[in-house]
Amino acid sequence: MILAIIENAFLSLIGSAIPASAVVMLAATGAMLGERVGVLNLGQEGLIGIGAVYSVIAVLSWGVESPWLAMLIGMIAAAVAGLIFAVCVVAFRASQVLVGLALALGGIGLSNQLGVNRNGTPIQTLFREVNPGGVLDNNDAVSAFFFHDPVVYIAYVGLPVVLYFVLFRTRHGMNMKAVGENPAAADAVGVSVTGWRIFYSVLGAALTGAGGAYMVLSFTPTWSPDIARGRGWVALAVVIFAGWRPGWAVAGALLYGSMISLDTTAQARGWGLPFMGASDLSFFLSMLPYVVTLVAILIPAGAVKLGRRVRSTAAPAALAIPYSREER
Amino acid sequence: MTGDGKRPSVEARGISKAFGGVAALDAVDFEVRWSEVHALVGENGAGKTTLCNILAGIYRADAGQVIVDGTERDFRSPAHAIDAGVGMVHQHFRLVEPMTVAENIHLGWPETPGVVSQRALVDRTERFMSETGLHVDPTAKIWQLSVGEQQRVEILRVLARGARVLILDEPTAVLTAKEAEELFAVVRELAAGGLSVIFITHKLREVLAVSDRLTVLRHGIREITRPTEGATASEIARLMTGEERVLDVEHRVVTGDPALELRGVSALNDRGITALHDVDLTVRSGEILGIAGVSGNGQTELAEVICALRGLESGSITVDGSGTASMSVRAVTDLGVGHIPEDRIGTGMVLSASVKDNAVLHNYWTEQFAQGLTLNRQGVIDFARRLVEAARVQTRSIFATAGQLSGGNQQRLVARREALAADRLLVAAHPTRGLDVNAAQEVRSTILGKRDSGCAVLLISDDLDEVLLMSDRIAVIYEGRIMGVFEAAEADREHIGLLMGGHSMSEAG
Repeated sequence: MILAIIENAFLSLIGSAIPASAVVMLAATGAMLGERVGVLNLGQEGLIGIGAVYSVIAVLSWGVESPWLAMLIGMIAAAVAGLIFAVCVVAFRASQVLVGLALALGGIGLSNQLGVNRNGTPIQTLFREVNPGGVLDNNDAVSAFFFHDPVVYIAYVGLPVVLYFVLFRTRHGMNMKAVGENPAAADAVGVSVTGWRIFYSVLGAALTGAGGAYMVLSFTPTWSPDIARGRGWVALAVVIFAGWRPGWAVAGALLYGSMISLDTTAQARGWGLPFMGASDLSFFLSMLPYVVTLVAILIPAGAVKLGRRVRSTAAPAALAIPYSREER
Repeated sequence: MTGDGKRPSVEARGISKAFGGVAALDAVDFEVRWSEVHALVGENGAGKTTLCNILAGIYRADAGQVIVDGTERDFRSPAHAIDAGVGMVHQHFRLVEPMTVAENIHLGWPETPGVVSQRALVDRTERFMSETGLHVDPTAKIWQLSVGEQQRVEILRVLARGARVLILDEPTAVLTAKEAEELFAVVRELAAGGLSVIFITHKLREVLAVSDRLTVLRHGIREITRPTEGATASEIARLMTGEERVLDVEHRVVTGDPALELRGVSALNDRGITALHDVDLTVRSGEILGIAGVSGNGQTELAEVICALRGLESGSITVDGSGTASMSVRAVTDLGVGHIPEDRIGTGMVLSASVKDNAVLHNYWTEQFAQGLTLNRQGVIDFARRLVEAARVQTRSIFATAGQLSGGNQQRLVARREALAADRLLVAAHPTRGLDVNAAQEVRSTILGKRDSGCAVLLISDDLDEVLLMSDRIAVIYEGRIMGVFEAAEADREHIGLLMGGHSMSEAG
């Protein structure tokens, strides 16, 4: 009896954590793309908002009936924001941290403003679950793990595989990494540092925008203010946790996504802490993703201190440093 | 050894280039032939690297033509230059540390296969290595390699792309003696195979050992191009350093108590390599001891150990008889030591702070400016006004940030501040580097004023003219060793030039 309840809770957690984490996964992949070429975009939170609100506008105001087209519109909007960001920090060499924070705050504000008349209006144009009928039994466990919409598969399987292949198996990926590690070296061999940094910042922003679009076209099928709720920041943490490796981002996104879902599930079910006299777990659970981030950052830092070089998981050496050929 | 019909591989005609209004190159003609090693010689700031950066497509000339194998070229990037067969190996390597040798050689290269495997890259790399006779483990990561091996990777990368003209910018600056010998052999081999090698250096021994012809640059102007055969080190040294005296300074022979004494001082540089070997030096009150040498031979470390910014490996330093080995920077400062640092922007001032705050950076905690935890604001302002006026710092206001000052005014401010703070000893590292004539003269008279008031001065400069002009005694430093010490009266420019280039006292005669 008790086992059944626990299993039930666990499966519902998994069932909601997987799509919830897909948002984090998309944003983390977007952030990772930029960071691999040395551009740190702290504006993920704002880009999720922009991607989400434009998808909502596309569906509710422009009558778009395909969730794919709605998502594409959200991605384009986020890409435009990403282009503005990239021009500021790459072409004009403004501080990536400051412009990124401005994008985060500005993006949240803009999306809240655009969404103000659409609060709570349900969205009908949703991604549909893929049901590989016949292959698998239609029981709860299988459906929790495997019955999801195509975006989930793209986010967890398609993107990491493609990105892994490009980064580690192609000439293009080698050059990308060189731009992020030592732009002067890349420049010396004829790789356009400015061009590549702008291109991947924009592509990354589009992916993060897809994450925002996915939220409103799937599991939160309505606009609400501050829609990202910290997922953009969590995505930045996932990139660090994953050591800038696409495969590890899947693990990171699922871990963080589960913690976010745990928080929501706990609130919905009114779980209390058996200790500290707390009747409400949510304070503790809300804190969890950030505590885990702290630990994840400290582990490689600690390993370096202990004399072991963890080069494969170190940040790109030129991350957040503007590049100029004439400065030596 | 000037085969292939003495046909020129690269010609530069009337090249001029200025940075921020200061001419780095002034109508320079330069010609290199196939199958020759051509040494490009000159002091720091003579324009050697600037000229080669133009040939390699990194800078664009303000005026003049670049002709490669008979065709006029206008390179807009290093990649263009490589396509035309001109490749450069920089003094600071352009390698990606966490990547392997094979990956670095294939970076940014259109001939690299689109889909790569480590195996394929290694195979291709091994093929280049057997073609060129240069060998490095292709699977090693760059950070695991010695500096000499890293340089070989750079050369391989340039050659693999079909470069026929190879430019090496001070290639031996970072090498051990043995690695340098190996490099010379490689360079000779490449030239014998028909390539042109441009070898930038200021070490005379290398010029004579490796080159077929040589060109001397001085202050952005070509002094001479001639065959190396028959040239003597002393002749090259004279052409490099020139012979001019701007200002008449009376040199003294001082016999007072030593203000600064170094005994057997050895120290490491930032890379953990010994930069100072067993240095003995004495500076007496009321004299200027000049350190002559090409920069990068331990001068930076010398200034830092004296000011307690860098620890000693062995030996002792005393200021007025007190050993400074275990002292903090502030304790040494309190002995009356001032320091005009080499990197005035990085270590001399805080660019984002106001001129007034920078004026008291050296001693803001003293009673003159502070009461307990609070600053005496009016005292600071008055002091800053007086300092700015005395040093003739041109600034809108003492409340403007130091970053808004021009380089010359920043240097005036730092020089005067440190001179005021220095009661016993002033360490001045390259105090006039980058200054125009007037600003340089003012800084020099500040330093001379300190000497005349009885302060000891250690003057470090890579401008030999300045050292000869200012110093009462001169010590020559080369690869962290003191090669000789002279009274100003007996100092011979040519002799000192030879010592700076690594010749010993007996060789230099």
